[in-house]
Amino acid sequence: MRRSTARRTRAALAVAVTLLIAGCSLTGTGRDPENRTVTLVTHDSFAMSDELRQRFERDSGFELRILRKGDAGELTNELVLTRDAPIGDVAFGVDSTYLSRALDEDVFASYRPEGAAQIPIKYAFGANARPTPVDAGDVCLNIDLGWFEQHDVPPPEKLADLVEPRYRGLFAVPNPATSSPGLAFLLNTVDTFGEPGWRNYWRQLLDNDARISSGWQEAYNQDFSGSSGEGPRPIVLSYASSPAAEIGPDGQPRTRALLDTCYRQVEYAGVLNGTDTPKGARELMDFMLSWKFQSRIPEQMYVYPVVMGVELPESWQRAAPLPESSNQMKPERVERNRAEWIRQWRSLATG
Amino acid sequence: MTRDRGTLAGPRPRGHGTTTIAGAALVLGFLGVFFAWPVVAILRLGLRSGIDEVLTRPDTWRIVAFTLGQAAASTVVALLAGMPLAYVLARVPVPAKAVLRALITVPFVLPTLVVGMAFRALLGVSEPSAWAIVLANAFFNIAVVARTVGGLWAQLDPRATDAARGLGAGPFRAFRTVTLPALRPALWSAAAVVFLFCSTSFGVVLVLGGGRYRTLETEIYLRTVRLLDLPGAAVLSLLQFAAVLAALAVAAFARRRRESVLTLRRARGITRRPSGVEWVTVTAAGAVLLALSAPILALLVRSVSSRTGWTLAGYRALSGTGGVLDVSGWQAAWNSLRAATDATWMALLLGILACLVLTSLRNRWATELMDAALMLPLGVSAVTVGFGYLVTLHVLPGDLRTSPLLVPFAQALVITPLVIRTILPVLRSVDQRVRSAAATLGAGPWRIRREVDLPLAGRAVVTAAGFGFVVALGEFGATGFLARPGAPTLPVAISALIGRPGELNTQMAYAACVLLMLVTAGAVLVIETLRSDLSGEF
Repeated sequence: MRRSTARRTRAALAVAVTLLIAGCSLTGTGRDPENRTVTLVTHDSFAMSDELRQRFERDSGFELRILRKGDAGELTNELVLTRDAPIGDVAFGVDSTYLSRALDEDVFASYRPEGAAQIPIKYAFGANARPTPVDAGDVCLNIDLGWFEQHDVPPPEKLADLVEPRYRGLFAVPNPATSSPGLAFLLNTVDTFGEPGWRNYWRQLLDNDARISSGWQEAYNQDFSGSSGEGPRPIVLSYASSPAAEIGPDGQPRTRALLDTCYRQVEYAGVLNGTDTPKGARELMDFMLSWKFQSRIPEQMYVYPVVMGVELPESWQRAAPLPESSNQMKPERVERNRAEWIRQWRSLATG
Repeated sequence: MTRDRGTLAGPRPRGHGTTTIAGAALVLGFLGVFFAWPVVAILRLGLRSGIDEVLTRPDTWRIVAFTLGQAAASTVVALLAGMPLAYVLARVPVPAKAVLRALITVPFVLPTLVVGMAFRALLGVSEPSAWAIVLANAFFNIAVVARTVGGLWAQLDPRATDAARGLGAGPFRAFRTVTLPALRPALWSAAAVVFLFCSTSFGVVLVLGGGRYRTLETEIYLRTVRLLDLPGAAVLSLLQFAAVLAALAVAAFARRRRESVLTLRRARGITRRPSGVEWVTVTAAGAVLLALSAPILALLVRSVSSRTGWTLAGYRALSGTGGVLDVSGWQAAWNSLRAATDATWMALLLGILACLVLTSLRNRWATELMDAALMLPLGVSAVTVGFGYLVTLHVLPGDLRTSPLLVPFAQALVITPLVIRTILPVLRSVDQRVRSAAATLGAGPWRIRREVDLPLAGRAVVTAAGFGFVVALGEFGATGFLARPGAPTLPVAISALIGRPGELNTQMAYAACVLLMLVTAGAVLVIETLRSDLSGEF
């Protein structure tokens, strides 16, 4: 049976298009033989503009390759698993929750980048030169200002307030077992209420109808009334920086972070042990502490720079100032107890 | 029609033993390097201690029970909802059927996080809900049923049904005694695939289960990724492995008993206007279609709404490069197409080779074993495979762990079972006597392949390619794991956008979902065009 010419042409065209797509799509970029490529292993939230990237590549002469690996916890665990054959040269994004594990497993090489002297001591745990703080983020309660105005309820001020009857059914929080900010909140309650007080606090919180969702996305975008999702709940666990993204057409922020409820997570970067591009790795470390990189951190990653004297964008100064004092916990204590706290939390929250 | 005469027992074309062995070696080799080795390596890291501790906890068995229960329920719902659609696709002359196929396929590629959120909003469930999990799992998998079953149905010779009707059987009886037995290979294939997808579905359970409903997959994820509890994860992986093997064995057993030789013909010209009770089926299909459209419509509406009313700001921002994304939405769509193309040709190569080997092997046990081995990637946690890569693949030249090639490799691993399950039922249904006749007339094995098998399986191959392509388009697990920055695929872009506060970011995320749906629908339409051209061949 012969096909008509038109149909044959159509089929040939479709095949040609398919082959064309297939032909130009296999772009393998293996490792550079001269090692002029430096590989940054990081988490999903890492963002760096093309302009910054080009600047680093021009100044250092190294090509920058970026590998993203889940969130801070997943990243740390991957670094631990690949300790003997690292997948990159520099890692960025191990935070204070997981720092101790990375140090115990000897993932990082020692290097003190240029600019390290400009980092306030409060960001550094111990005097160790590896790895180096790059940014800090604060996990705090956020409230919908409009809701509290309309309903004539005074906003809560501290964590303990959340268990009061008047805040019943108003709070949305992501699951500490499956979400990084959720875990930070759990650590914050342990730090605030101690052992075994934190478990009692959580029981009251759950009795007061706190809503637990699997991730920050659901809590913020669906349950929280102050976001564009316009959910039912006016109090959510988010970041100190979130209000900067919720500025209305009138220039006024619609939400506010409660600065007395914050827990600080510092993110670190370090040269990986076993890198075959130590020079490139050091150049990259220096670059991440440079004014150029630090000043772009807020708008690109929604966290705060750590180098002294780097100014926040104007909208942040108005809507999302850095909390003056935040809770934080020693990384060793977190490492020792993390799994057990999560287990205890799960048994009381999921029954 | 010859009933219950499995093709496996029939005579085989002779004389290509070496080719079969080489093909088998290639397929199993790929599977060995990119699946078995990493999985075994990570299990070995874990299996040093504490096995009995995990196995004796009542929690563990509750999780096993819930995993299997929700997967079984989801599979039943997907089968019930998918059958009317399969019927309409195969037998009813619907105008613009390609559009219908595209619409049915769209749910399959949507990011689970986004669909989970749409379901939460639509069903009004704010609390964790097992039913929401079942419905969402079914929503994703109806396309598998409709396409796998519809594919075989379209090629069934309708004269058998007509004969039964002529002999006085009512429409339901004709369906039950003639059509249903003929469809069984495809039904079991679809059920096995859907069951495997549902028992390992991750995002759906996480979003809609809110941590209260836990499956083996979410537990393995939690223990591997967040707690680095490799022993616990390894034991749970073994349990999941056992459950999957059991499911595969059941499916294989049922398939073997039912598989029959069918008279296949080309699909053109056997659709007709439904009559009488057939309208009930058509109505049911319509209802399913409406149900499928609801989350899709919800995403559309979200992409154009803001606090102050309707807006196209999300779409405008998506075509620029400002904001959170390094690239425009168009660029991300292009990246998705490219990665999916690579994954598809790899999976087709592997899948077709595997199908040829599976239909050539003379030893029944070897066939069953290889069939099961090829399905396993669907049943093993992506986290287990991913972490397995980390501890093994640096041994290979070129450090594949960080190569961009790993994305299509990992995607191909997911798609290959789908390709096999789409093509194999058709190939197995080919009447062995046709092959024997060809052999008697002096055709060599490859000639038989070319002249008998290929024309009959051609449509199934294109269906498989299209389906695989679409799955790769929406794949996020492996892609998110390894995608290059500066080259995000659409699902990667969506997850970046939805992870940021701010109204514009949310609108952009939903707009990117709509773009993903359009790209998917477009890809399906192109494939349908290809497919209908191919059917003119014979």
